[in-house]
Amino acid sequence: MSRHFDTGAAPHFPPHATVGGVMRQVLYALAPGIAAHVWFFGTGVLFQILLATLFALGFEALALKARGRPVGVFLRDYSAVVTAVLFALCVPPLAPWWIAFTGMLFAIVFAKHLYGGLGGNLFNPAMVAYVVALVSFPQAMTAWIPTTDVAVHGLGPLDTLLTILGGRPVNDLGWDAVTGATALDAIRTAAASGQPIDAVRESSAFGQLAGRGWEWIAGWYLLGGAWLLYRRIISWQVPVAVIVTALLFSSITWLADPATFPSPVVDLLSGALVLGAFFIATDPVSGCTSDRGRLVFGAGVAILTLVIRRWGGYPDGVAFAVLLMNMAAPLIDRYTRPRIYGHG
Amino acid sequence: MFGRPKTAPMDAARAAGTRLHRFDGGLRLRHHKKMSCEVPVQRAALPQRLYVPLLQHTGRAAEASVVTGQRVLKGDPIGCFRHLGSGCVHAPTSGTVSAVVKHPISHPSGREGLCIVIRPDGLDQWRQRQPIEHWAEAAPETLLERIRDSGIVGLGGAVFPTAFKVRDASQRGIHTLILNGSECEPYISCDEMLMREQPDAIVLGARILQRAVGAQRTVIAIEDQMGAVNQALGDAVRRAGAGNIDVVKVTTLYPEGGEKQLIQVLTGLEVPAGGRPADLGLLCQNVATATAVARAVTEDKPLVERIVTVTGNGVRRPRNLLAAIGTPIADLVELAGGYAPHAARLVLGGPMMGFPLASDANPVTKAANCVLVLTEQDIRPPQPELPCIRCGECARVCPARLLPQQLNRFIRSGNWEASEDHGLEDCIECGCCDFACPSHIPLVEWFRFGKSQLRSRAEDRRRADLARDRFEARGTRLERIKAERKRRIAEKKRALGDQRTMKDRIAASVERARQRKESAE
Repeated sequence: MSRHFDTGAAPHFPPHATVGGVMRQVLYALAPGIAAHVWFFGTGVLFQILLATLFALGFEALALKARGRPVGVFLRDYSAVVTAVLFALCVPPLAPWWIAFTGMLFAIVFAKHLYGGLGGNLFNPAMVAYVVALVSFPQAMTAWIPTTDVAVHGLGPLDTLLTILGGRPVNDLGWDAVTGATALDAIRTAAASGQPIDAVRESSAFGQLAGRGWEWIAGWYLLGGAWLLYRRIISWQVPVAVIVTALLFSSITWLADPATFPSPVVDLLSGALVLGAFFIATDPVSGCTSDRGRLVFGAGVAILTLVIRRWGGYPDGVAFAVLLMNMAAPLIDRYTRPRIYGHG
Repeated sequence: MFGRPKTAPMDAARAAGTRLHRFDGGLRLRHHKKMSCEVPVQRAALPQRLYVPLLQHTGRAAEASVVTGQRVLKGDPIGCFRHLGSGCVHAPTSGTVSAVVKHPISHPSGREGLCIVIRPDGLDQWRQRQPIEHWAEAAPETLLERIRDSGIVGLGGAVFPTAFKVRDASQRGIHTLILNGSECEPYISCDEMLMREQPDAIVLGARILQRAVGAQRTVIAIEDQMGAVNQALGDAVRRAGAGNIDVVKVTTLYPEGGEKQLIQVLTGLEVPAGGRPADLGLLCQNVATATAVARAVTEDKPLVERIVTVTGNGVRRPRNLLAAIGTPIADLVELAGGYAPHAARLVLGGPMMGFPLASDANPVTKAANCVLVLTEQDIRPPQPELPCIRCGECARVCPARLLPQQLNRFIRSGNWEASEDHGLEDCIECGCCDFACPSHIPLVEWFRFGKSQLRSRAEDRRRADLARDRFEARGTRLERIKAERKRRIAEKKRALGDQRTMKDRIAASVERARQRKESAE
């Protein structure tokens, strides 16, 4: 008698990769950067990650349920966790809990699920969340404790947690002395007041090369990013385009006016540029999809970031740059299609 | 040659194999070939019944030319297809036709088709054979007719009638014959074993094909990991004294064995879209096809058997078997030691492009290069497909440089213009994108569906055009008839008018006569 078999479509191979696997790799790659973050900014970073993740998963589950999608399957794709972690890394460590709440509400419900959920979003959800929070709560979102002061004030984990859950911006707590400007803030203020940049370089916000603490964090993100490249989780086009273009653009402005503009090293290692190059601009869903398109996308992110840093209204411009390039992505994809085999 | 302008691309095509190039994308896959290459090819014993499908080639099914109860000899034609002016299906052994019935036919669609059931008599007696001994002096047309009458089709998987392909190519002018021994799909080793064990037949087939098509040289492409093959083929070429046959090792990378990819690797050129390798002066044939040609011409043996790799973790003793066409797959699995525990899927072909069979009652066909039995661990568990996250892995591995992620979106939204514009027709269905996709979207299935939609739309358009042409033609015809009628009426009127004038004239002349008469009087 003949034997019968179940049929299934080719390829007849065990799965090679999964969406959840890809997202988990991204999280692993973020780990060294997160550790550095905690080292310089205290345990608040971890609580922010935890809070954002909880809110993100909650909103994700609610949105999936409302849309009638299988909740279990999609919660396991880890995409909401990646969004939450990236957002949390951009939030000041002592920011009140409702920042994470608002951010994740906009990231998951508005930016992601209203556009069709995983794979459908036009904009990078983490950056939408960041920009909404930054524009709505500018004070709370810019209150970074100087790295030097964390140890000085001896803010333990419990105090940190209570501060975050207390729900009041750090500024209101009479800790004005504690919260201070980042290196990019200092550069901006200096540029606005016509002060030479060398004077700012002496401030406590600066370390050896660039922003104090930030320079190290950027280094660890670079390491994580290199690992993602090695594992082929991200393509090289975006990070290389971002970094090379940023260095070029920064060099040109710096050489033109070294008294006003920071050096390329400061630009690269301060703020979210490296994080953005490897972890944010590489979001496949909201970015470009062809190889050449990704080069254009990365270059655009770098140029817009630096234009905003130099002449815009915010000290760092990665989030705005990414969102602007998200808008341009479909157009770029349209004009950077590869030549198909056999076509002239 | 044949008045083709000598251009730089043609020079590159002529130099096929002298310098190797790369094709885009592709996958490095685990080979899984060793398990079936350990023992020599064995002849599979004839089964109780052979089920020879009448559809084993591209195009329409053949028509049965035998009836139930008829005795046939090995090699007798039992079904003929006139489609594409090519070929026959032959009796794989001597015996009696016990039925012509509907039966599974190992077709990708999974459908049943007519099979001629033959009960072997055990004598395996050949029909009268007429080998073409002096093939080197024979006219190319004689060779082509023999290839056609021997039912030879492309054995690499395309099963396109070889005689038609060769004749079409020879009319366009071919300078180089490429024999494809680059068996890039994992698990499959039938071509490798053939090249190891019968290199002389391959070289002979190459020389015959070269003559039939008028080519000056042959390149036999093998994979760099086939050490024994290189040696064997090299020796065979020397034995034959064929100075115009080169054996070239290419890097093992899936889908290198695809015709378009192999040509790109050997020449650096791309087959023009919608065109054929013949446009570059090249003809590609599988090594097994060349062997079949050699047997058909020099021994008058039609294509009635082929080497089948029976392999995978789902069979106990993987090996290569020389099986008569029509042998049920169950019999082959039996000869390979039977099913291992946990055998979960039966695939005809390789793991990338092969299709699953619902039952092992399906017979061996001319296209059946591999019977792959896989266990649960070897296949992907049924799981929900996630949405595309546009990671672009599919585009990175696509040998045709398509953007599968975009095509997927266009097809699902029924945007046929965009999918055509994005090169849906250029997809070679190699499955690389499917393999790479982290969301496990069955991309190739969508692309096949999309292609069928494009085809049916084109057909609809053709019919609509035809209907419109007819309607317009009818309009003009009616117009013409109307004009004709008008003209005729006018003519008649004129004639009538003329008549009237005639009457008048007569009346006038009568009048004149009368007046003359009167005046005379």
